[in-house]
Amino acid sequence: MKKFVKVLAIVLAVALVATLAACGNKDKDADGGNKAGNSVKIGLICLHDENSTYDANFINALKAAQQELDLTDDQVLIKTNIPESDACYTAAEELVEAGCNVIFADSFGHETYILQAAKDFPEVQFCHATGTMAHTENIANFHNAFANIYEGRFLAGVAAGMKLNEMIESGKISEEKAVIGYVGAFPYAEVKSGYTSFFLGARSVCETATMKVAYTNSWFDIALEREAALNLINNGCVLISQHADSEGAPKACEEKGVPNVAYNISTISMGPNTALISSKINWAPYFKLICNAIANGEEIPTDYCGTIKDGMVELTELNEKVAAEGTKEKIDAVKADLEAGKLHVFSTDAFAVKGEKLTTYKADVNTDEAFTPDTEVISDGYFHESEYRSAPYFDILIDGITEM
Amino acid sequence: MNNSLKKNTHEPFLHITKRGEMPIAKAWIVRLAAIAASLLVSAAVIVLLTGYNPIQVFKAMFSGNFGSLSKVRTLFQNIAMLLCISLAVTPAFKMKFWNLGAEGQVLVGGLASAACMFYLKDSLPNIALILIMFVASILSGIVWGLIPAVFKAKWNANETLFTLMMNYVAIQLVSFFIMLWVPSGSSVMGLINADSRAGWLPNIFGQKYLLNILIVAVLTAVMYFYLKSSKQGYEIAVVGESENTAKYIGINVKKVIIRTMTISGGLCGLAGFLLVSGTNHTVTKELAGGMGFTAVMVSWLAKFNPLVMVLTSFLIVFLQRGAGEIATVCRLNESVSDILTGIIIFFIIGSEFFINYKINFKSKHKEEK
Repeated sequence: MKKFVKVLAIVLAVALVATLAACGNKDKDADGGNKAGNSVKIGLICLHDENSTYDANFINALKAAQQELDLTDDQVLIKTNIPESDACYTAAEELVEAGCNVIFADSFGHETYILQAAKDFPEVQFCHATGTMAHTENIANFHNAFANIYEGRFLAGVAAGMKLNEMIESGKISEEKAVIGYVGAFPYAEVKSGYTSFFLGARSVCETATMKVAYTNSWFDIALEREAALNLINNGCVLISQHADSEGAPKACEEKGVPNVAYNISTISMGPNTALISSKINWAPYFKLICNAIANGEEIPTDYCGTIKDGMVELTELNEKVAAEGTKEKIDAVKADLEAGKLHVFSTDAFAVKGEKLTTYKADVNTDEAFTPDTEVISDGYFHESEYRSAPYFDILIDGITEM
Repeated sequence: MNNSLKKNTHEPFLHITKRGEMPIAKAWIVRLAAIAASLLVSAAVIVLLTGYNPIQVFKAMFSGNFGSLSKVRTLFQNIAMLLCISLAVTPAFKMKFWNLGAEGQVLVGGLASAACMFYLKDSLPNIALILIMFVASILSGIVWGLIPAVFKAKWNANETLFTLMMNYVAIQLVSFFIMLWVPSGSSVMGLINADSRAGWLPNIFGQKYLLNILIVAVLTAVMYFYLKSSKQGYEIAVVGESENTAKYIGINVKKVIIRTMTISGGLCGLAGFLLVSGTNHTVTKELAGGMGFTAVMVSWLAKFNPLVMVLTSFLIVFLQRGAGEIATVCRLNESVSDILTGIIIFFIIGSEFFINYKINFKSKHKEEK
């Protein structure tokens, strides 16, 4: 017993000393004087953390915006691993209590909870990426945002098509073997619009290209994404791209020596010999936009859609080691055409559905319980993606693409 | 050194013996000392890994739980949910039936509630709808719990694997129904009946979650007396200690297994109902969020005593909620706080070892040779 008391006394004494020592360091307070003003306090709600490429893209963009606007860490709160449930509402509530005057949530499934929070806290602005409800709900402090990422994916597709051409020319594959594999998360418009634009980009330079799509039914699952990529490769796919948020697919490609086009982040460090290029949405301009709006007392757009021009749609560094010759020049030329409005990604001349050209299509643009198609989206010879609302609604399976 | 001599007097450097019952006060001192030591090690880890001031980190942990009214409310809500599932698995565990299927039992319970909300919408008075959901959830949980129980009772099938597998079936079932209900393919239900609030448990006294918390509080008391004072509780304890003894004194073991798993599954179903009707108002694959497994720890740490489980579930939720706050305030990855949680729980479990066993070192004079 005596020994026991002795040990206990030592433990407690050390604990006490450590506590006192730690109290000694006062944390320093940074003082204000920043560009966007002291009034801004922004909260970011992320579905996962930096290990997901999707969330990392938001987190990095916000940190970049923070630096440019010269905000302190106290003015930028980031909550990670917030599921698409009541926990999202709770997270928003806590951010409001922490004094945030603008709150941004990054996942599709956060939307109804954020909408609820927007109704309960009318003095705080709420922004939500990939959401569909702001343009019809008419709630003054609830906003959606997305970007014309289909243009970025189209450009990445051009790089992929050039690579396929190179493989055909070098005799590595025959023309009809130019099969692209695509690892998608869920079979819904955001993913379908993404892979279709990527495919159309590839086919715009490599006419014989076809594509197989495999779904993982998860946004973030390293093992499943890896498995899906390997499966596609085994089924004859010679180039892989993905719309799911882990490093599963790019790493599988590096192992197998198959070129890979990624999304959200550059994967050159994961696959120096196979990573080709990535398209990404750069959220920093949007974060700056909403912070400045708050600082200046301006309205935040109800449904904002970023473009190549405003810097929200980007391509990451082209891996010259992997890319075919002349890729950079070709991308620049196509990009100029897109920006000038000379080229439309979803031009109805560029694709067919069951052998026929599409002349009319009603998309489900306005969210309702029954998911009724409500808006005609084809006119002037092209499908008007992300024009009637920012979140994608192109959900047509076109010829040349098969879902596995 | 003389080898033969050493062999003759060989004694291991340390050996472990079982202690007699340690006085309760001393046992608690050991536990508190363990927590103090764990905080110390955590602090060292924080400084070494991140260079952060550990006090700041612990402060964040505290304010993440008690920093505001809504945080306290969420704290109690999370405790209630974890406790509810822990109470559900406890009778099974006390019977040494390894029910690792709480996750799935909660999911099917929640799915049943969500299905009622989705199909019935506001066609019934809310109270009727809620009652239907309540019954449907409990029945679904019972079915999910009974399947492995019957296989165990009749054919002695391994319940650990069986209940574990049933979780995956439940997850796929939820995926399937969400795909069916959401034709856009996004696999996101979102709030069900957001406008009519049909099937949502009402706020009482204007407080969110209060009804959940009260229901679980009552359940805790009932479970305590059920296990401690009822004949059925006694039968569970006997079956858990030794099936042969149970058979010898005339307990129908099969009946006890099936009856206990009915309770266990039913209560998991109830947790599913509370999570859908009283909390999330939607169903996702992550509805149970791993609580079905954490509940096992809560129940074991408390040695199957429902009242102590209030404490152990508090401890675990406190650490989790604190972890989230640390991630936000200190901009650390949540993994750092998971490491801290791991350290703290390791020490707590370790302290139980020292309460039950004594380490005897080689006596001094022999070492001095």
